[in-house]
Amino acid sequence: MLRTFPKGGVHPPENKLTSSKPIKRLPAPKVVYVPISQHIGIPAEIIVDRKDKVEIGQVIAKSGGFVSSNIHAPVAGTVTKLDKIIDTRGYKQQCIVIRTDQKNETNFEEIELPLVTEIKLEPQEILKRISDFGIVGLGGATFPSHVKLNIKKDKKLDCLIINGVECEPYLTADHRLMLEKGGEILVGIRILMQALHVDRAIIGIENNKRDAIENFKKLTSGDPGIQIAALKVKYPQGGEKQLVRALLKREVPKNGLPLDVGVVVHNVGTVFAIYQAVQHNRPLMERVVTVTGKKLKDPSNFWARIGTPISDLLDAVGGIPEDTRKIVSGGPMMGRALKNTDVPVTKGTSGILVISEDEASRGEPRNCIRCGECVDVCPMGLEPHLLMNLSEKGMYEKAAQEDILTCIECGSCSYVCPSHRPLLDYIRFGQTIAKQLESTKG
Amino acid sequence: MSDQPIIVSASPHVHSDRTAKKLMYDVVIALIPAFLVSLYVFGINALIVTAAAVISCLLFEYLIQKHLLKAEVTIGDGSALITGILLAFNLPAGIPVWMVVVGSLVAIGVAKLSFGGVGYNIFNPALVGRVFLLVSFPVQMTLWPTAVENNTSVVDAVTGATTLGLIKEGVQFGETMSTISASIPSAQEMFLGITSGSLGEMSALALILGGIYLIARKVISWHIPVTVLATIAVMTGVFWWLDPEHYANPLIHVLSGGAILGAFYMATDLVTSPVTKKGMVIFALGIGVITVVIRLFGSYPEGISFAILIMNAFVPLINSYFKPRRFGSRIKAKIM
Repeated sequence: MLRTFPKGGVHPPENKLTSSKPIKRLPAPKVVYVPISQHIGIPAEIIVDRKDKVEIGQVIAKSGGFVSSNIHAPVAGTVTKLDKIIDTRGYKQQCIVIRTDQKNETNFEEIELPLVTEIKLEPQEILKRISDFGIVGLGGATFPSHVKLNIKKDKKLDCLIINGVECEPYLTADHRLMLEKGGEILVGIRILMQALHVDRAIIGIENNKRDAIENFKKLTSGDPGIQIAALKVKYPQGGEKQLVRALLKREVPKNGLPLDVGVVVHNVGTVFAIYQAVQHNRPLMERVVTVTGKKLKDPSNFWARIGTPISDLLDAVGGIPEDTRKIVSGGPMMGRALKNTDVPVTKGTSGILVISEDEASRGEPRNCIRCGECVDVCPMGLEPHLLMNLSEKGMYEKAAQEDILTCIECGSCSYVCPSHRPLLDYIRFGQTIAKQLESTKG
Repeated sequence: MSDQPIIVSASPHVHSDRTAKKLMYDVVIALIPAFLVSLYVFGINALIVTAAAVISCLLFEYLIQKHLLKAEVTIGDGSALITGILLAFNLPAGIPVWMVVVGSLVAIGVAKLSFGGVGYNIFNPALVGRVFLLVSFPVQMTLWPTAVENNTSVVDAVTGATTLGLIKEGVQFGETMSTISASIPSAQEMFLGITSGSLGEMSALALILGGIYLIARKVISWHIPVTVLATIAVMTGVFWWLDPEHYANPLIHVLSGGAILGAFYMATDLVTSPVTKKGMVIFALGIGVITVVIRLFGSYPEGISFAILIMNAFVPLINSYFKPRRFGSRIKAKIM
C-alpha cells in the first residue's frame, strides 16, 4: 500500500513528456536580467553600478533583512543597466542587466565537479554558507532556506523530509535531478541532518518516478538514517502539509508550520544547491528548468542560469508552436500565465509550459449545481463553492471564519468543477481582502 | 506565433473533462432500463406520459427563460430533460396528458425557475410537480393501471391499488398480513417488474442497475441511496418483527412505494441534497424515518415524496452544521 494524504486531491493527466530526457546545458546567454526579488521576503539591495565588471558568483545584491536572500552574478560580465522588468507574476521590479563576457565565461561543462562526501563544516558554518550563498526553496515557494533552518530553541525537531514528489503534471526537473545527481543530493541531506542535529530523514517520491526511487534505494542501502518512501500519485502531494501527513501521519496545525510537528521539509533542488554551496563553494546561480508542452518540437530539461530570458529557452526547444495560447511559468495547476517571453528565469522557475488552444481555454462558467466535488477534492477540508459565494458577495469576515486563509491555492477545486466556475480566482480575491481586514484589526 | 491572442488567466490552467452536461446525460442513460420496463408493462401510455412531461418541461423552460425572465436559455444543459423524465416516472401511466403538462409547469416554473434556475432551487422540481398533482387531483393520481395484455392498446379504466395501498387498506379493515399477502405481488415479482404503481417504479432491478451505473460513473455516491433504503428496512423491520401480522416485512417496504426510485434518483439530486458525505447520511436518515412514519402511521400509503421534500428544506441547515473537517484542526496526539 503506497502512502498518501487521506483527504482530497485530484489526479490530472501526468504528461511527463521529458522524464527520460537528460538535463541539457545551453551556452551562457548573451544578456541576463537578474531581478532583486526572487524570494519570499524583503527584496535584495543592489550593490553594483552601471559599467561595473562582475565576476561569476559575485554578490550583486545583498539581503535586505532577515527574511531575504543574497543574489549572485550568474555570469561573468559587465553591468549594462539597472532597469525595471516585468517578472513572472506580472509586476514590475528592479533588475540588474549584465552583458556576458563570453571570453571570461567559465563554462560549467568543462569543470567536472567530483562528488565530495566528507562534510568538513560545522553546523554553524553550514548555516552561514547557506545564508551567504543565496539558497532559497527551489520547489517554487522560494522561501529563504537559512530562515527555515533557523530553529528556535523551544521547537523540537526529529525528522527531515526531502520533497522529491514533483506532483505538478509536465514538470520533470526534480525527477532528472534525482536521477543524475542522486549522490550529491544524499550528501546534501547528510549536511542538513548534521546542521539540524537530526538523525532521521525521509525522501518522499511519487510512484511515477520508480527509477529515481530505485536509484536512491541503491545509494542509501546500509544507511539507516535515510529512508526512501514511495507515494501514491496524487496532486497536491508535494504541498508540504500534505507531504508531512502522507509520510508521518502528522497534521501541521492550522496556521502552523511543519516545525510544530517536529519536521522540516526541503525540496531536492534546494538540497542539491546546499550541497554545491557547502562542498564546492558555489552560490546559487542556476537551476533545472523543464521546458515542455505537447506541441513543442523538442521538450527538454535544461540547466538554466538565473536571469536567462525565457525566449532563449523556447528557442532551444524549436520555438513556440503556431497554435500556442498560453505560456505558463511553472506547472499547469499552480503556474503563472505569462504575457510574453521577455521574462527571465528566476530562482523559482521550475518549468515553462506551452499550452495550445484545446487545453488553454476556460469553459463558460455556469450556476453552481452543488455537486460537492470541490468539497471532496479540497486537501485542506474547505468548501470552495461557499468561499467563492462569500467572496463574490463581499462577506469577507464570514469567509475568514470559514478558513479561507488556510487555502493553499492548489487549484484542485477549479480543476474539477463541472460548471467551470472560477473558484480559485474568487478565493484568492477573498483571501487578499480577508488578510487585509485581519491585519487592520489586530 | 498564431494571430490568436495569448491568454493570461489565473491558475489552474487545465481542467478535468467533467462537465455538468455529462453528469446530467449520465442520469438519462441510467434511467433507460427502467423506461424500457415501463414501456413493456404499460405499453404506449408510458411513452405518451414521458414524452408529454419531457416536451412540456423543455418548452416551459424555454418560454419562461426567453420571454418572461429575458435571460439565457439553458434547455440544453440536461436538467429540464431529467425533471421531465423523473416527473413522468412518478406518475400513474394512465394520467391525462393535460395533467402532466400542469405538473411540468409547476415543476419548472415554480419549483425551479422562480428560485433562480438550476442550482438555486431548494426543492426537487419533479417531486414538487408530482406532489402538486397529488394534492390537486387526488383521484386521477391514484388510479394505477394494471399491466396491459396487449402492449399497444390504450389502457382503459382497469385500475388497481398499489401494494402499499392494499396493505394499508387491509390493515385498516382488520385484515392481517397473512390474508393480505395473497393479493399483493411477491417480493420476486416486485423486484423484476410485475407490480403496480407509478410509471417508473416498476422494476427494482432496472432501477438498481441504473443506480449502480451512476455510482460507478461517480455522478452520485452510495451514501444517500444505501442510507435511505437501509433506514427504511431497519425501521420497518423492527415493527414487522414485533408484530408481523399488522406490519409488512421490510423487503416489501423497500421494493414498493417508489422507495428505490426515490432513493437512487430523487433524493440524490445534486442541487437539493447536502454537499458533504456526513450531511448526506443525515439527510438520508431523515428521509428514511419520515417515509416510514408516513407509511405506517400517516394516512398516505406511501410517503417518500413528502419525506424527500421535507428533508430538502433542511439541507441548508445540514450544510451549515455538517462541514468537512479542516486540515490541521485536530490537536496532535503524539509524535510518531
